[in-house]
Amino acid sequence: MSESVPRYWRENKVRERLIGSKCENCGKITFPPRKVCPYCKSKKLTEVELPKEGKLLSYSIVRKPPAEFEKYAPYAIGIIALENGVNIISQLTDVDLKDIKIGMALEGIVRKYREEGEEGLIHYGIKFRPKLK
Amino acid sequence: MKPIVAGVGMTKVGEQWSKSLKDLALEASLEAIDSSNLIPEVVVFSNMMSGRLQAQDHLGTLLVDELGLRGLPAVRVEAACASGGAAFHVAYNMIKSGLYNIALVVGAEKMSDTSTEQTTTALMTAEDREYTGFYGASFVSLNALAHRLYMERFNVSEEEMASLAVLSHENGINNPFAMYRKKISIKEVLESPYVADPIHLLEAAPTSDGAAAVILASEEVVKSKSYAVSVEASTMATDTIRYYEREDLLTFESAKKAFANAISASKIEKTQIDIIELHDAFTIVGYLTLESTNIVERGKAAKLIANNKFSLSDKPSVNTMGGLKSRGHPIGATGLFQIAEIYLQLTNNAGKNQVDNAKVGVAFNVGGVGTTTSVSVLKRR
Repeated sequence: MSESVPRYWRENKVRERLIGSKCENCGKITFPPRKVCPYCKSKKLTEVELPKEGKLLSYSIVRKPPAEFEKYAPYAIGIIALENGVNIISQLTDVDLKDIKIGMALEGIVRKYREEGEEGLIHYGIKFRPKLK
Repeated sequence: MKPIVAGVGMTKVGEQWSKSLKDLALEASLEAIDSSNLIPEVVVFSNMMSGRLQAQDHLGTLLVDELGLRGLPAVRVEAACASGGAAFHVAYNMIKSGLYNIALVVGAEKMSDTSTEQTTTALMTAEDREYTGFYGASFVSLNALAHRLYMERFNVSEEEMASLAVLSHENGINNPFAMYRKKISIKEVLESPYVADPIHLLEAAPTSDGAAAVILASEEVVKSKSYAVSVEASTMATDTIRYYEREDLLTFESAKKAFANAISASKIEKTQIDIIELHDAFTIVGYLTLESTNIVERGKAAKLIANNKFSLSDKPSVNTMGGLKSRGHPIGATGLFQIAEIYLQLTNNAGKNQVDNAKVGVAFNVGGVGTTTSVSVLKRR
């Protein structure tokens, strides 16, 4: 599915820089940013940039992808627990699919997600790779 | 005042090339209407994806017109894979409120009009498009995250994880409406290809075409006890739309809440439950749902089923007519198939799979990764 340019642009900053929100009342951080804190219902939330390092909580290898990712399969997705305790989902990259393990240390970098063909958008976002020593 | 199930209708589930979404919905609806001997006053249509798969919405009116009931109020309800249970919940409340006496609830989905990739894209709309779909996750892969974590945390083997698929197929053999009426073995499951590791093809319910319908009526219009099944409770609860945000990735809070509320509303003890219909879109969904009831300990559901517990001779029995895995999973229809199947059991019409003296059945219809759960409690009057 192609996305409208404004729709992509609206979320771009949050996805490329990993912007979450922090509740000024209870201190909880969520990704993506919210308007209402799901923990204490406060509406006083501020944007914070999330750390780009974390550990792999679980992963899967997508073999039957959604239509727009057809030419990229197979690829790995995972839930990553960032250093500040916030969980996010992302693709894993720069790793042999066989070498992925729960608990591995990862770091986020900006990578291409997909192209919408000759004239469409190129989607970028953070992917996670094994942390370089 | 308890709403009564006054009739049910089901189509065969499978790839129904000669029938449209409308044909399927009409077939199940007419059967439910005929079997109830009642004319509905309102129609609630459950469907998830017709806008994307058939480029057709406005389903309530579409069906009412075809039924020859032009003029009736009609609405479509959507809650991803829990659409059927959600529609049932809406109709239950319509009857319970006293504003209507007879409601037709019908669920239908047609998934063979599109390519697998298009359907996979449409199924992902159950999650947050911007922050999960963007990353290329498929709906199966999200469930696979839970599947892998469950194996790791509770030390569950691949063989044990496959067991619910085997149980469902064992029961589906005798369901004339089921898509795949054949036994499968653990070995066959584990030798089938991965759809999204570690979920194998034979651990995932098949996409399919089908419709199921239920007539719900108030006690006022169905005083006769020949209408044998009442709805003791219909509840719903939700969780974070993004699976990764759960504090505990292996607890289905929505199922826990909906079930606890259903138990307290129905005043039925857990020990009275004869039948549980689990939403085994993937085996992991079945296990986490079963564990949300506290009928089994956390981490034990797969192991117990691998040890042949929850069969037709147990109490409770699980997925007595084949579950989603064998019957098939026409998304919007699934929740109503579950209710129709429990109805067959409670009215002694389940054929070879009849559970002895079945009085109480509970259906769990789950949308997303435990994201929305509807629980329906049915009882023989």
